[in-house]
Amino acid sequence: MSKTILEMRGITKTFPGVKALQDVNLDVVEGEIHAIVGENGAGKSTLMKVLSGVYPHGSYEGEVVFEGNECHFKGIHDSEKVGIVIIHQELALVPLLSIAENIFLGNERARNGVIDWAEVRNGARKLLETVGLDEDPDTFVTHLGTGKQQLVEIAKALSKKVKLLILDEPTASLAEKDSNALLDLLVSFKKQGIASILISHKLNEVSKVADRITVLRDGKTIETMNRAEISEDRIITSMVGRPIEDRYPARTPQVGETLFEVKNWVVHHPIHTERQVIKGVNLNVRKGEVVGIAGLMGSGRTELAMSLFGRTYGHAISGDVFMNRKPVDTSTVRKAVDAGIAYVTEDRKTYGLNLIDHIKHNVSIANLLGVSRGGVIDDLKELKVANDYRARTNIRSSSVYQLTGNLSGGNQQKVVLSKWLFADPQLLILDEPTRGIDVGAKYEIYTIINKLAGEGRGILVISSEMPELLGICDRIYVMNEGRIVGELAGDEASQEKIMRAIVRGEGKTA
Amino acid sequence: MSSETVNSAAPGARSSVRAVIQSNLRDYGLVVALLAIMVFFQFTTNGTLFKPVNLTNLVLQNSYIIIMALGMLLVIVGGHIDLSVGSVSGFIGAVAAILMVEYGFNPLVAGVLCIMLGGLIGASQGFWIAYLKIPSFIVTLAGMLVFKGLSLAILGGRSVGPFPPEFQMLSAGFIPDVFGPIAIPQGGAAPITLHTTTLVIGIAIVVAMIYFSLTSRAARERHGYEAEPFALFAVKTAVIGALILFFTYTLASYRGIPNVMVVMSILIALFVFITKMTTLGRRIYALGGNAKAAQLSGIKTERLTFYIFVIMGALSALAGLIFAARLNTATPKAGQGFELDVIAAVFIGGASMAGGVGQVAGAVIGAFIMGVMNNGMSIMGVNIDWQQVIKGLVLLGAVVFDVYNKNKA
Repeated sequence: MSKTILEMRGITKTFPGVKALQDVNLDVVEGEIHAIVGENGAGKSTLMKVLSGVYPHGSYEGEVVFEGNECHFKGIHDSEKVGIVIIHQELALVPLLSIAENIFLGNERARNGVIDWAEVRNGARKLLETVGLDEDPDTFVTHLGTGKQQLVEIAKALSKKVKLLILDEPTASLAEKDSNALLDLLVSFKKQGIASILISHKLNEVSKVADRITVLRDGKTIETMNRAEISEDRIITSMVGRPIEDRYPARTPQVGETLFEVKNWVVHHPIHTERQVIKGVNLNVRKGEVVGIAGLMGSGRTELAMSLFGRTYGHAISGDVFMNRKPVDTSTVRKAVDAGIAYVTEDRKTYGLNLIDHIKHNVSIANLLGVSRGGVIDDLKELKVANDYRARTNIRSSSVYQLTGNLSGGNQQKVVLSKWLFADPQLLILDEPTRGIDVGAKYEIYTIINKLAGEGRGILVISSEMPELLGICDRIYVMNEGRIVGELAGDEASQEKIMRAIVRGEGKTA
Repeated sequence: MSSETVNSAAPGARSSVRAVIQSNLRDYGLVVALLAIMVFFQFTTNGTLFKPVNLTNLVLQNSYIIIMALGMLLVIVGGHIDLSVGSVSGFIGAVAAILMVEYGFNPLVAGVLCIMLGGLIGASQGFWIAYLKIPSFIVTLAGMLVFKGLSLAILGGRSVGPFPPEFQMLSAGFIPDVFGPIAIPQGGAAPITLHTTTLVIGIAIVVAMIYFSLTSRAARERHGYEAEPFALFAVKTAVIGALILFFTYTLASYRGIPNVMVVMSILIALFVFITKMTTLGRRIYALGGNAKAAQLSGIKTERLTFYIFVIMGALSALAGLIFAARLNTATPKAGQGFELDVIAAVFIGGASMAGGVGQVAGAVIGAFIMGVMNNGMSIMGVNIDWQQVIKGLVLLGAVVFDVYNKNKA
């Protein structure tokens, strides 16, 4: 069983001015789940790009040996040919093609260029069965949720006779239930001799399923742990180079009077307009309070937040919003911002940043009036603001003129936060504020949240990671199927109680 | 941290000249390309290109393209395209001719009405694009056909002209020489008379440019921010200053600055100002860079898109007036194919098809590159068919250079 199928020896990859990887070693044995962990910018993705041929042979030093043969991949095609398939964080599916078409994309079941549809459907059906996805192969991918799309990606990999499956943050955008199903699937692949490399920031998952864990830090291999040695604390110590005593910074809450209140909030689906997505939500946030919203994927948390923030989601919205006990109009983003509300999106690349512009311009964009007079921007003032927030949120970059597209996830998140901090909101809605970012950056984000609450602002945090909510919130609302189904004080909340509220809520809506 | 910065200060200063050049390779490359093309044609046309009369012609021939390129830059940076600008400018030329020639409108009144009509046309197209989310390519393709057809219809297939002399002055006139000409004796040959006002304006522009770049540089340094290396700054300023002086001297030795150039220069300055220094400009870049993020940052993206097309419409109208005044007649064929030159100019100037990237200066230089090639090849006697081929290849080459450059970075 313990035949080594992959060996990467002495991999060094240099970009102009930076050594991204330095003498990295990695070996994977047949049928194991090998996790790679490390902070953002530690070199995980670079290493995988070397392995899959995105960086062609010759652009790096060291050697890649797969099944005993030294590999000279010129591109991703070459690595797929020998059975190495990588599934990226950003899924590479074509939304307006069917599941079956996506599975065989680039690998069509065809004779002389004519597609054999019967074989395509049957093949797809078989693969879907293997990954446990109960959908018609003719369904368009766009109609599937992220969790199911991920399964389609894996089915696609299986269709290519995969021997080594690489998953880059596969569960970053999945709710706990879907994540578990996915991880179980990886475990079941072991029996078929398929090895997996799992890149993840979710240490609890990694320590649950991984046979071995390799830790990267600053482009170097720090250590490879065996199953018996794995513990979350040890991983963290190894990742950050120092032990983190507490993953959540301490805070003494100073909760004031009610700042923000929502009453009878009802939102309908933008396309299926008769369907209620948010069914009469009531909630409030007090000054200096960190309030969490827990719930599964699809429970309506993001929809609630976006409908409150300038009605950027939904249709036929009704209900009342109060700030400082006065009714406010949040019907456009501008009005919501003027009322003192900010919304930090869960998807910073699509909704949060202008990736082709630099930090300075991204920080000022939500509050241009703050750096201009009579419509003319004061360049020096803007520069000062950007530098100021760069320091305050500890954005690691060469300067404020670095493009946000070139920053790591954690630093991008800090830019989005800076943007909204500069708009000086009273209520900050943070949607999955630490998704896909590493332990060190998470700690920094929590510290910022605490500081903001300390300044008397209200914070509303949406998160799929329950430990995170339990770690930072004074109060937690539990949402399910568009309703608030529970409200727990921070000190009495537990994962179990949250889950119980969700399950109870499910019974109620049926 | 601090010791590191102190230590690296000396070698950093030297390498940063290279760094600045590298990071601005595209901008410098564009200017160098324009100069190289000019020098090339100066030789191949036996010195005709830089002759005062030809340089004046070059400005007159390209003014309407440049004016439309300014609006097109906003459209393309905003993530859209406008294929209708040629037809709209032709249509407005036709309307102007009907108003002035057939109904005897005062040229100023007619001009203002025409520009307002242009804005209205832009609004009518922008409405579909901004609020109903119809792709701009389709809306303006429709507009292109509609206004081409309408100008044929209102002209009834004929050419209408000539325009009143005051209106012709827009394209044929030159600024008055308030100081009176001066003559420079040339030994035995005929003396060169110079348009003094033009010279004075040229010198004033150079002085103002040096003053403003020095003060803004000083302000940056006073606040402790890095400015570009002084050597580079000095060379850049000197080259630009010398070019302006040479250019105005050449114009002065013919008939001075054409009226159209005044209009064009003011518009260029205005658009540089808008794109670089105003919240309006910043919002347009944000819109093109990531429309969803812009909207979620509180930018009214729909209204912004709408206004971009209104501006484009008004500028197309102005360009149409200038072109009509230049031909001194409105013909049904006026404006045809202008959209391609305008769009090409903006892309040669470094704008990105995907939006969010592009500079006014780039678009203007891009337009001049096309203009100099048109002019130079015509003087050389290159056939119109081959001119098209060469222009097409230059457009492709410029964009390939751009993409290659970006991937390398």
